[in-house]
Amino acid sequence: MTAAALPLVHAAPTFALELAYWQETLIKVGVLLAVIPFGALVLGYVYLLKMMSHMQSRLGPMEAGPHGVLQLVADGVKFLQKEDIFPERADRFVFAAAPMIVLLGTFLVYVVVPAGPNLVIADLDVGIFFALGVASISVIGVLMAGWASASKYSLLGGLRSAGQLVAYELPLIFAVVGVAMQAGTLSLQGIVAYQAEGAIFGFDAIGLPLIIPQFVGFALFMISAQAELTQTPFDMPVAESELVGGYHVEYTGFRFLLFFMGEFGTAFALSAIAATLFLGGWYVPGIDPGTTLANVVGPIALFLKTMIVAFFIFWARISFPRFREDQLQGFAWKWLVQIALANVLLTGLFMELF
Amino acid sequence: MTAITDRQQLAYIAGQAAEARVNVELETEGMLLNIGPQHPATHGTLRIVVQLDGEQVIAADPVCGYMHRGYEKLVEVRKYPQINTLVNRIDWLGHFANEVPFVLAAEQLMEIEAPERAQWIRTILFELSRIANIALFLGDMGVQLGALTPVFFAFRDREHVLNLMEAASGGRFHPNFNRIGGLKDDLPKGWIDETRQAMERIRRFCDELETLLMGNEIFEARTRGIGVIPPEIAQSYGLSGPNLRASGVDWDLRRDVPTPLAWQHVDWKVWTHPDGDSFARYWVRLQETREATRIVDQLLDGLPSGPIMAKVPRIIKVPEGEAWVSTENPLGEMGYYIVSKGDTGPFRVKIRSASFNNISILPWLLKGVYVPDIITILGSLYFILGDIDR
Amino acid sequence: MSSADTEQTAPDETEAAEEEAAPRDEAREALLAELTGLLGDAVVDSHIAPGRELWLRIDTAQWARAAEVLRQAGFTYFCFLSGIDWKPSPFGKSEGGSVAAPGAGEESGDTGAAADAEPEHGYTGGATRFQVFARLHSIKRGIGVILKADVPDDTLAVPSWTPVFAGANWHERETWEMFGIDFPGHPDLRNIYLPTEFEGHPLRKDFPLLSREVKPWPGIVDVEPMPEEEAGDAAAAEGAAEEGDTP
Repeated sequence: MTAAALPLVHAAPTFALELAYWQETLIKVGVLLAVIPFGALVLGYVYLLKMMSHMQSRLGPMEAGPHGVLQLVADGVKFLQKEDIFPERADRFVFAAAPMIVLLGTFLVYVVVPAGPNLVIADLDVGIFFALGVASISVIGVLMAGWASASKYSLLGGLRSAGQLVAYELPLIFAVVGVAMQAGTLSLQGIVAYQAEGAIFGFDAIGLPLIIPQFVGFALFMISAQAELTQTPFDMPVAESELVGGYHVEYTGFRFLLFFMGEFGTAFALSAIAATLFLGGWYVPGIDPGTTLANVVGPIALFLKTMIVAFFIFWARISFPRFREDQLQGFAWKWLVQIALANVLLTGLFMELF
Repeated sequence: MTAITDRQQLAYIAGQAAEARVNVELETEGMLLNIGPQHPATHGTLRIVVQLDGEQVIAADPVCGYMHRGYEKLVEVRKYPQINTLVNRIDWLGHFANEVPFVLAAEQLMEIEAPERAQWIRTILFELSRIANIALFLGDMGVQLGALTPVFFAFRDREHVLNLMEAASGGRFHPNFNRIGGLKDDLPKGWIDETRQAMERIRRFCDELETLLMGNEIFEARTRGIGVIPPEIAQSYGLSGPNLRASGVDWDLRRDVPTPLAWQHVDWKVWTHPDGDSFARYWVRLQETREATRIVDQLLDGLPSGPIMAKVPRIIKVPEGEAWVSTENPLGEMGYYIVSKGDTGPFRVKIRSASFNNISILPWLLKGVYVPDIITILGSLYFILGDIDR
Repeated sequence: MSSADTEQTAPDETEAAEEEAAPRDEAREALLAELTGLLGDAVVDSHIAPGRELWLRIDTAQWARAAEVLRQAGFTYFCFLSGIDWKPSPFGKSEGGSVAAPGAGEESGDTGAAADAEPEHGYTGGATRFQVFARLHSIKRGIGVILKADVPDDTLAVPSWTPVFAGANWHERETWEMFGIDFPGHPDLRNIYLPTEFEGHPLRKDFPLLSREVKPWPGIVDVEPMPEEEAGDAAAAEGAAEEGDTP
């Protein structure tokens, strides 16, 4: 099974266009730079502004552009115009660096997410491992922000955030372990290929989306991702009603915008990873992964699947109250980790038995 | 008290004592955190200075007065009809309900009584202001706990009640509709039907919240056992209204104190909850909102006809004497102690507002809780800043 | 002992005691007898407004004991505590300089000057300029009582209720800053509303309401001058005052 997955990726068609290494790199960086704001804007508009408003029986922004589509752009411009304030006792260097580091983590996650048979910036063999690793970098940024702001609210937010992200890293990784075991690879392209080639008890029209055998893993991944993203019900680090914004309470203008983009960019990235791991990624049933068509349809398919996953993230965000810090920790260590371990064990057993 | 002792409140205090012992050994020092005066959880300008050990509160000291307007001094230089305008700014969400006890106290001293229809309409508007007030609490509690949606539902449905208030009195927030001896005007045409529809909406809103928020496990986890107030403590701090009833004390001024208002003519129930925690306070208020819609419906059915103004002198002079009248306002017992010297204005008015007493329990209640629970407790005690600072 | 005033017509009562036409209040009279028995000589004076309220004036020295006794007797609900300055205001109602202060012939301004204006006390009388009053309620019995105590002019101190009723804490702080009445036994008597550096005691009658002193109340210009004969009989019920009562 494992061996079968790999040739498919390497046998993927190549573009007729041959580019030099530096040209290719430039294009990749450009795409990356475009994808994050795009993802953040789309999620922010579709889910945060519109879906939330409509679920709360109100319209949401309607003035900027048709149906308010340009609202976030307008907000972004507004943020850029704002004064860049450093709190008086802030550690200026750390304070300025923190949002960059948060955003850096987000950028690096996208590196390994494949959008088509060829459309991947770097198809690392340890892809998923790399993605989850760099996603944790943002913790450092958040801690730096919390500490350097020289504000008690920020400090509490930063500490909460650190505790929470450490706690939920574990179930997040264990949730992925089941997928990796079944697919037999850590490479995201490999996992997509496994899902494309698989069959549900001989029925192979839609491949084998890993959400079916790994449903528990999917649920764990979504819950942990919710906590990683500090979205309600796990949003104590920002907790508007308690910490009035937590670690980013002292940030203004452009730097706040970076945090905002980091938050939504990471939401988009983790949704894309979930879509890749559990919903087949760029694979569309009926389109041969070996053709150029897959490179065209792939990004669209991935985008749609990502949006489906992100819908659940935001749905929960809108519906739930938030946990208390100790309840959250208890939930992670007493429940999620155990379930995740059991899931790994069961996956192993099934792989041996079938 | 025994039913509550084994609950989390005492566990907190015990835990905090143990914690304190450790701290003495390690000589760590707590962090002082200023919650407010500009903080979303204090709905206004209450400031709470908390001493924290990690996220646990060692001591809390509420600081009020940022919005103190000195009504007790201001009313001494005003005439009775003018005071009416002032007092409905005390609890600005329970607007109409603030006027009623003052007017009743003045009427009591003057020994006049408003006609029956006026008393019934007063009662209806009183209950409407209760709904307008508590509906906001019901939604806002969600925001305090991080659930964004309920508050929008609250604003949506509360709007209809405010519209009714506006249609009747001309003011959405500050109706100033009471007069000594009756009301300014009769109800406008079509008002009764619209009120019935609005009550229907409010009942739907209550059902919605019951499923959306109160049935939520996280909500229960955040509110059950948090901020437990035993009935004895509640009484000695003078807690009143839903806060007291949530501690299992079956006391409602609408029922238990003779009043010229129309509550005794309708069939309704006083809800209590034995737990005394934040969840109980939420639950009691939700039931009370439903009950208020029932009261309004019944009052609309039986609304008597007749004049809405008693015969009162053109220049209102209140005979010498002292009077104390309190009513069951949305936030709790609100009363006025009027001392008159036979003048056109009072000699002294003591305003007993519910939130002032309700909040005075905070230093006791916040000991040993975690920072997020401060917010839960503040939200569940439900105060209006104007009602504290007067 | 100014007992039940006879002209009282209580607004429609539901209690059985009030059903009879005679303005007597048996429940409150029984309560008064009971409390007098419990408190002994601590009760200086009392007053009953039938169907409305019971007032007790308590000996200042026994103020704290009275709270304890009443608490034992079932009056567990602390309603409020506040003070009152019985001295007529030297500033009148501050409605532009023309209105003379009732009873105060002296110039305004000097805070100690209006000393010749004797305080006129309300129900249950009094001997001092300041009084504190508080209300307790018994939820079980469904009846409340208002307690008053004189505040000695020299010490301005009344024993604190805070050890008995925790809720009295904030009310005593408020009374302390508003009237300057001291409460020995209070754990931390400091300002609750006013800034720490605030000078004076705003609710004392000789504390001018500065905004009115600086600028007379504008509302006064709209009011037609009050006819003397009409002012004389305030109880004259002429004209439904729907319009005319608000200047």
